[in-house]
Amino acid sequence: MSARNIGIVYRKELMDSLRDRRTLISTIVMPLLLIPVMTIGFGSFAISMVKKAQEETPRLMVLGGEDSPKILAAIQRIPGTQFAPPAEDYARQISNKVIRAAVRLPAGFAAALQSGEPAHVEIYVYEGELKSEIAGQKLRAFFDDLRQRTIESRLAERNLSPGLLRPFDVAKKNVAPEEKVGAALTSSLLPYMVILMCLTGAMYPAMDLTAGEKERGTMETILTSRVSRIDLVLGKFLLVLTASIATALLAVISMGASSRMAAKMFAGEIPGAAAAQFKLSINPSALVAVFMLVIPVGVLFSSALLAVSLFAKTYKEAQSYISPLMIVVIVPAVASLMPGVDLNWRLALVPILNVSLVSKEIFTGTYHWSLIAAIFASSCVYAGIALAAAVHLFQREDVLFRA
Amino acid sequence: MIEARSLTKIFQDKKRGAVRAVDGVSFRCEPGRIYGLLGANGAGKTTTLRMLATILSPTSGGASVAGFDVVAEPEKARASLGFLSTATALYGRLTAREFIEYFGRLHGLGEDLLRERVEALLTRLEMREFSDRRCDTFSTGMKQKTSIARVLVHDPPVMIFDEPTTGLDVMTARTIVSFIRECRERGKTVIFSTHVMTEAEKLCDRIGIIHGGRLLAEGTLEDLRARQGLHDLEDIFVGVVTGTGGPPA
Repeated sequence: MSARNIGIVYRKELMDSLRDRRTLISTIVMPLLLIPVMTIGFGSFAISMVKKAQEETPRLMVLGGEDSPKILAAIQRIPGTQFAPPAEDYARQISNKVIRAAVRLPAGFAAALQSGEPAHVEIYVYEGELKSEIAGQKLRAFFDDLRQRTIESRLAERNLSPGLLRPFDVAKKNVAPEEKVGAALTSSLLPYMVILMCLTGAMYPAMDLTAGEKERGTMETILTSRVSRIDLVLGKFLLVLTASIATALLAVISMGASSRMAAKMFAGEIPGAAAAQFKLSINPSALVAVFMLVIPVGVLFSSALLAVSLFAKTYKEAQSYISPLMIVVIVPAVASLMPGVDLNWRLALVPILNVSLVSKEIFTGTYHWSLIAAIFASSCVYAGIALAAAVHLFQREDVLFRA
Repeated sequence: MIEARSLTKIFQDKKRGAVRAVDGVSFRCEPGRIYGLLGANGAGKTTTLRMLATILSPTSGGASVAGFDVVAEPEKARASLGFLSTATALYGRLTAREFIEYFGRLHGLGEDLLRERVEALLTRLEMREFSDRRCDTFSTGMKQKTSIARVLVHDPPVMIFDEPTTGLDVMTARTIVSFIRECRERGKTVIFSTHVMTEAEKLCDRIGIIHGGRLLAEGTLEDLRARQGLHDLEDIFVGVVTGTGGPPA
C-alpha cells in the first residue's frame, strides 16, 4: 500500500468529480437548494393554508333548538360565521364541504339549563379537515362559554363562591433545556437529514467511479498502470467519503440557515411556540460530536456503495442495485423519528438507527457517554467490514470484468 | 523481453461451466522484435494479453515481462509495460496533459522528469494544439495520440497492443502502425494482437496463430509459409485454424 499513490488517485478523482455536473448537483446544489426550498417553501405553504382556513367565514348548521330561541339566536350571532338551514343530510354536507360543522341541540335545551337538568349537545366535524375543525372550535368555544356562564349564575343564585368548583389550579412547568423545546421539530429531523444526505452524497460518485468507469472503458486503462488495486480502491473510497461528508455538512449548514430564516419569516404569522419549532439552535460542540459519529456512517455508506456499484457493468445497472439500498437506510433513520423509540444498549448496536437516535439526544443536550462510545465503536466495526469487503471485491477479476 | 509459459486461463461460466479461454499458450518475444498474435474474435488473444498485462491472473502456467513474473511481481511487471487497446479509454473530464501526467505520477516519475517527458511527448506526437483541452472533446485521432502518450510517459521496455486499430479510420490506423514500428526501432519488445492479416504481414517478426484458446502455429512469416505450403497469410491462417493446411504432397 502506498500513501503517495492513494493521494495521486484521490486528487485525480477529486479534480474529475469537481468537473462533473452530476456530482456537483448531488453533492453541493442538492443540500444547498433543496433544504431551504423544503423548509421555507413548505413552511410558507402550511402557514398560508392555516391562515386561509382561519380567515374563512365557515358555514355552520344548527339542528334542533326550535324550543330554545334565545340560545339559537346567540349561536347565530357567533362572529365570523354564517348558517345553513337545518337538514338531516348534515353529515354528507360536511363531507362535501357545503357546510364546515353542525351542532345538535337537544329538545328542551333552554328549559334544561333553567331547571338544572343534564343536557347533551353534539358538535359534528370532519376530523383531520382543518377548516372543519376550526369551525368546530368556534362552536365549542361558544358552548364552553355558555356552560361557564350557566355555572356562575347557578352558584350566584345559591350565594356560593365561583371558587367552589375550582378548588385548585394545575400548572404545567417545563424542565427540559430550552433548546430541547425550542427546536424539537428541526432537532429530530436533523440526524435523519444528515444520514440521508451522507448516503445521497456518496451515491453518485460511488457509481461513477466504479460502474461508470467500466462503462466508459477507463477501468481497464487504470488497471494497466503501476498502481496497485488496494491503492486504487482506497483513493476512490476517500473521494466518495469526501463527497458523503461534504454533502452532510452542507446539509447541516443549509438547514441551520434556512431554519433561522424560516423562524424570522414566520415569527409574526404563527404562534411563538410553533415558530420556535423552526428555530435551530445547535451547540457547536454538539455538531462536532455528531459529525464524529457520522464519519463511520459515511465510511459505511461509501464502502457499501462502492462495493455494490462495482458489481454493475453500467451506471444504469448500478442505479438499479442501489435504489433498494435507499430503503434499507431510510427505514432505520425514519424509525428514530417515531415516538417511543429511545436509545438503549440493544439499539446502540443497530447500524444507522443508533447514530440517528444518539444524534437526536446530542442535539437536544443529552450526552450518554457510554452509549456514545459503544455506538462509535460499533459503527467503526461495521464501517471496517464494509471497507474490507469493497477492497476485497476490487481484487476479484470476476467482479471487475463481469461478462 | 516477454515470455509466456503454458499460460492457461479458465473462466467459470454459469451456463457453460468451466471455459478454457486460453489453453497452454507459450511463446517468447525478444527486445527489438514484434510478435503478432493472430486470431479470430473470441480466440483468446485479449485474455492472453490481459494476463501478460497482469489485469487477469493465469489459472495455471506463467509469464514474465521484462524479467518480472506477472504473478509474483505484478506491479513491477506493469511498470515495465505499456498497454494499448481500443478498450483502454481516456478520462473525458481531464485534459490530455492532465491525463498523461496522472499516469506518469502513478508510474512513480518525479515532477521534474514528468514535466520534461510530457513536454517531449506533446511535441513528438504533435499534441500541443489540443493538450489543454478536455479529452471528451477529442476526435478519434486525438484520442489515439493521447493514449500513445499515456503508454510512453514512463518509457517502458515492453509494449502490448491489443487490436489497436479496430474501428479506426485509415489515417489513424496508419499512425498506430507507424508508432508500433517505431517502438521496435527503439529496441522495445512488442506484442501485437490483430485479426487484420495485412497488418500482421507488414509488422510482425514472428506470428502466433491462436484459435480456441490454443496456439496452433508459430514462427516467422517465412516459416509459416513453408510449413503450410501457402503464400498468403490469410490462406495460412484459415488452413491452420480449420486444420486443412499443410505442405504440398
